[in-house]
Amino acid sequence: MSRVLLVVASALVGLILVGPILPDGPGWARLEAQRGNPQPPRVPRAAAPIDLTGYWVSIVTQDWRWRMVTPRKGDYQGIPMTPEAAKVANAWDPAKDEAAGNQCKSYGAPALMSVPGRIHITWQDDNTLKVETDAGMQTRLLRFGAASTAANTPRTWQGVSQAQWLTPRPNVPLQFRPADRTADTPPPRPTGGSLQVVTRSLRAGYLRKNGVPYSESAVMTEYWDVYKRPNGEEWLTITTQVEDPQYLRTARLVAPIFKKEPDGSKWDPTPCSATW
Amino acid sequence: MRCFRLAVLISCVFAATPASAQLDLTGTWQRVGQNDNGASREPVDLLGMPLSADGRAKALSYDIAALSATERQCQMYPPFYALVGPFPLQFVMVPDPVTQKLLAWKILGWGDRDETMIWMDGRPHPSKNAPHSHGGFTTGAWEGDTLTAVTTHAKLGDIKRHRGFSSDRATLTYRFNRHGDTLTVTGILEDPVYLAEPFVLTEIFRLTTNPNNFPLTACEPIEELPTLHENPALVPHYLPGKHPAMNEVTEQYNIPLEAVVGGPETMYPEYRKKLKDKYVMPPPCTRGCGGPPPAPPAPPAGRGAAPRQ
Repeated sequence: MSRVLLVVASALVGLILVGPILPDGPGWARLEAQRGNPQPPRVPRAAAPIDLTGYWVSIVTQDWRWRMVTPRKGDYQGIPMTPEAAKVANAWDPAKDEAAGNQCKSYGAPALMSVPGRIHITWQDDNTLKVETDAGMQTRLLRFGAASTAANTPRTWQGVSQAQWLTPRPNVPLQFRPADRTADTPPPRPTGGSLQVVTRSLRAGYLRKNGVPYSESAVMTEYWDVYKRPNGEEWLTITTQVEDPQYLRTARLVAPIFKKEPDGSKWDPTPCSATW
Repeated sequence: MRCFRLAVLISCVFAATPASAQLDLTGTWQRVGQNDNGASREPVDLLGMPLSADGRAKALSYDIAALSATERQCQMYPPFYALVGPFPLQFVMVPDPVTQKLLAWKILGWGDRDETMIWMDGRPHPSKNAPHSHGGFTTGAWEGDTLTAVTTHAKLGDIKRHRGFSSDRATLTYRFNRHGDTLTVTGILEDPVYLAEPFVLTEIFRLTTNPNNFPLTACEPIEELPTLHENPALVPHYLPGKHPAMNEVTEQYNIPLEAVVGGPETMYPEYRKKLKDKYVMPPPCTRGCGGPPPAPPAPPAGRGAAPRQ
């Protein structure tokens, strides 16, 4: 009887201890690699260090005058535009855009996350995050792995987005450790991470509703960072850098903020508008 | 033998567990974000600020001439000014003098913002009755590569450069996310007195080798407005509904006054529905419009000028 108890106890201890190096554990791939049997990496969905899925609402505490209403023509404050961009923007005619079917010009990826509204993030498949917006009813697909960069890739408002998880580095300079750690205490496992997204193949559009342009050459790099607070609130900051050699003197840098909502009850699909 | 196997197993587990991740923040971080944090021409511009009724009343009673009173001239901005002020963030690592391990991060002060010492050694915040300072009391902790810091015990101060205030009961939570040479700071300000919901702002900084700053030095009050010295009891202010600049944003941008005075509902997308039928786009911008820098002047003509091609 005592032997049975010993075996059961050993098994339980083993399960607890070996958990981290089971096939889904973080140490498994390393151990297998050390044995000369490299394991296939986990799919991005399973490897996600942060959970972005759900409904998020944009919180407009910044640039209110340019986001919550259609700003007046010629108001370019804060945007490092080139003289060529100013010429284009000075010719802005929203009625003409609307008539030409270009009412989504200010809903392209470089501006979309700053448009007041809600976003719904889901996994389309194991390698693709889908970001839908109710404002403008747009869909961004953030694809992990190699993205198509062929010259004939069609240009769209949302372009081609290549995604990559950024996870915390395992090695830390000793002096950054704020507290002493005894030899028999394991160091805490790194948590969190962020999502890097690089978007190309964009169709030319507007950075600001009043016609401030970006060109087809624009490249956007984003970092998506989530903060889950002890009180249950979840916040999302999207650090956004847009580079455009044609229309920007330096990179356009903004970091829109979102707050997580419990469900989609406030989801309000609204088509693009060039005038409002 | 069994004990030996168990020991090996434990060693494997620990070897397979990476260490906690942290980043170096040392250096000068130049403000490069292009948002309008703290920037406004009009004295009453509370757009998108989730002010409570008390917060709005406080903001609308404020007269910037109050800063000329002797006792207020050396009043500093609160910690939130790190997000809305114009200067770089200068991070210094403060090591423990004995172990040389990280004891705190210090964000150096500016001429009108006190330094922020982010204690990393797990010390608790003081009692709520402890003295408050302009810089407050801040503790920090790593979450992966992100530094999270919480500031309490700061004095009352303005959070949009004279256009809204936080009280001495406010709590500021910072998130420092470093991606390469870019640092994004997210600030979540909570205040049971002057805010109805958290006021959240972000700012983007870039590591620079040019520490162009406005250093924190001693402040000495002087006589700025003779009227305040002739009558020390005078506190410049505006009575309710009497702020002379109340309508400037509405006149300039056609934005309804109810939005100009802020409130939590004004920061949510659905507020646009309330604006849609009231807003008419104003005439094109003619002053302070931004845009590309003016073209350089034409080269001089005449003697001494470069020959024409």
